[in-house]
Amino acid sequence: MSVSKEELLHIANLSDLEVKDSEIEKYLKNLDDILDYVKILEKAPIGDLDETIGANDNVNVFRKDEIKNFDNINGLLENAPGLENNMYKIPKVLQ
Amino acid sequence: MNITELTVHELQEKIRNKELTSYEITKAYIDRINEKEKDVGAFVTINENEAIENVKKIDEIIENGKLDDSTKIDESNIDSSNNLAGIPIGIKDNLCTKGIKTTCSSKILENFVAPYDATVVEKVKSEKMPILGKLNMDEFAMGSSTENSAIKVTHNPWDLDKVPGGSSGGSAAAVAADMVPFALGSDTGGSIRQPASLCGVVGLKPTYGLVSRYGLVAFASSLDQVGPITKDVKDAAILLNVIAGHDEKDTTSYNMPKKDYVKSLKNDVKGLKIGVPKEFLGDGIDKEVKDKLYEAIETYKELGAEVEECSLNVAEYALATYYIIACAEASSNLGRFDGIRYGYRADDIKDLKDLYVKSRTEGFGDEVKRRIILGTYVLSSGYYDAYYKKAQKARTFVKKQFDEQFKKYDVLLTPVSPTTAFNIGEKKENPLEMYLADICTVSINIASVPAISIPCGVDSNGMPIGMQLIGDRFSEETILNAAYTFEQKIKFRENHKPSFKKN
Repeated sequence: MSVSKEELLHIANLSDLEVKDSEIEKYLKNLDDILDYVKILEKAPIGDLDETIGANDNVNVFRKDEIKNFDNINGLLENAPGLENNMYKIPKVLQ
Repeated sequence: MNITELTVHELQEKIRNKELTSYEITKAYIDRINEKEKDVGAFVTINENEAIENVKKIDEIIENGKLDDSTKIDESNIDSSNNLAGIPIGIKDNLCTKGIKTTCSSKILENFVAPYDATVVEKVKSEKMPILGKLNMDEFAMGSSTENSAIKVTHNPWDLDKVPGGSSGGSAAAVAADMVPFALGSDTGGSIRQPASLCGVVGLKPTYGLVSRYGLVAFASSLDQVGPITKDVKDAAILLNVIAGHDEKDTTSYNMPKKDYVKSLKNDVKGLKIGVPKEFLGDGIDKEVKDKLYEAIETYKELGAEVEECSLNVAEYALATYYIIACAEASSNLGRFDGIRYGYRADDIKDLKDLYVKSRTEGFGDEVKRRIILGTYVLSSGYYDAYYKKAQKARTFVKKQFDEQFKKYDVLLTPVSPTTAFNIGEKKENPLEMYLADICTVSINIASVPAISIPCGVDSNGMPIGMQLIGDRFSEETILNAAYTFEQKIKFRENHKPSFKKN
């Protein structure tokens, strides 16, 4: 089964990425190649095995509910591409 | 004496005997970097001034004899000879360093300066080790050749026309070229071991959970692990001593007593049970690589280990599973790059959605976009069960297969990479072919077990060949000792050196 152009554009939209017309064919081919390869899993003897969700068996890892103030707020804000009065500046959300 | 040719444990001895100061060491490395960087291209950022400044202070402290108190490690079973003050290090550019840029070799983070240190970087700094700089990598650690870096191409010191491997290609090339005494890398599917193999150095991927991932820019959170890339096995044990340990900032890190990995190096493998999975030495593996592995097996037999062939038929399932799980996790992890709080923001935008789309489309490179799209696809409704759920079940299968092997064997021995280093540009246009370069390493991450890559010889072109030793979870001591014993026997570093040749 191969990925359709519509599916690709839908997925790109979900990922907040733009795929140009000129790139569509390349993306489709790459995706098909890879999805074709991973079909090998259909042969894997996985029957009724459980899913492995995490890499280790730590569960319910808690730490004390204490406030720790981050001491480098300037260092944080200095990375912002848009800043005004120490606040992040973004385009208007409601027109 | 050529300072940059020494290993870390040799440097420690020279400092202890007052034959060298940490200034002399760091200066020698800066000179070496300035000499070799134009050929190798290992660094994204060279931290020359800060490193020199720090090291002067460190020398003062050493001179005044105050060092022992200020660097004392709490865990009392750590040997105090493991003192690294004044020994410089290189850091892969996906580990956050306060005050030094952390780019992940991506345009989207080109000017990003982390406001805090990764836990492993904090540990390195508290040992009073100066940071020589940040090392090149495949963008967001996605790749096996470091060609996906948006910053520069890194060349293999053994042949400058060839790739250093990846994604920690800058780290491995810098260690091989004596531009850093050792380095930190990260390994999601082989990103420490494969470049270590291609560059003829030692690379260790610890058990998932042994080393904190806090401050490692996340690629695939259930697979990522930080580890050492070093000139020899003892240096790997020394650096692992520094970085291992529980961290409450990483909920997946394990809380267990700290070990001294240097003490595990016994130079003795008598009675060690080694399994050689025949599926890892099949058709896809280059003959010269196989021949060196068979020689290594004979060496282990001579040394008194019990070696036998076994069956572990997981490599292809693991690779398929890996590309589903890693891309799925990446598509989620990389959602944070939106052009709002940090990173690249596109100009000329209409509205908020446009800002996200343009910033991400212009900021990410091709391979990163490909993996985000693949990851989003396998997680999307209609395909989740067919791909992602199946991959998670296959992950259980792979783990169980490894568990079975470790009932019989202490160590499994396999190649690291199917071939020695390939030419720059050779596989760049074919993503699937590039993915196949990871066939021997990904199953280790899928199973969360540790593995070390050490050089076992060179091919007919003089390119290094690596051997992978895999252990059960948290059995780093076993694989380090097995690697160390082999290394003492074949003395790879004494017999082979990178030539920096170029056609």
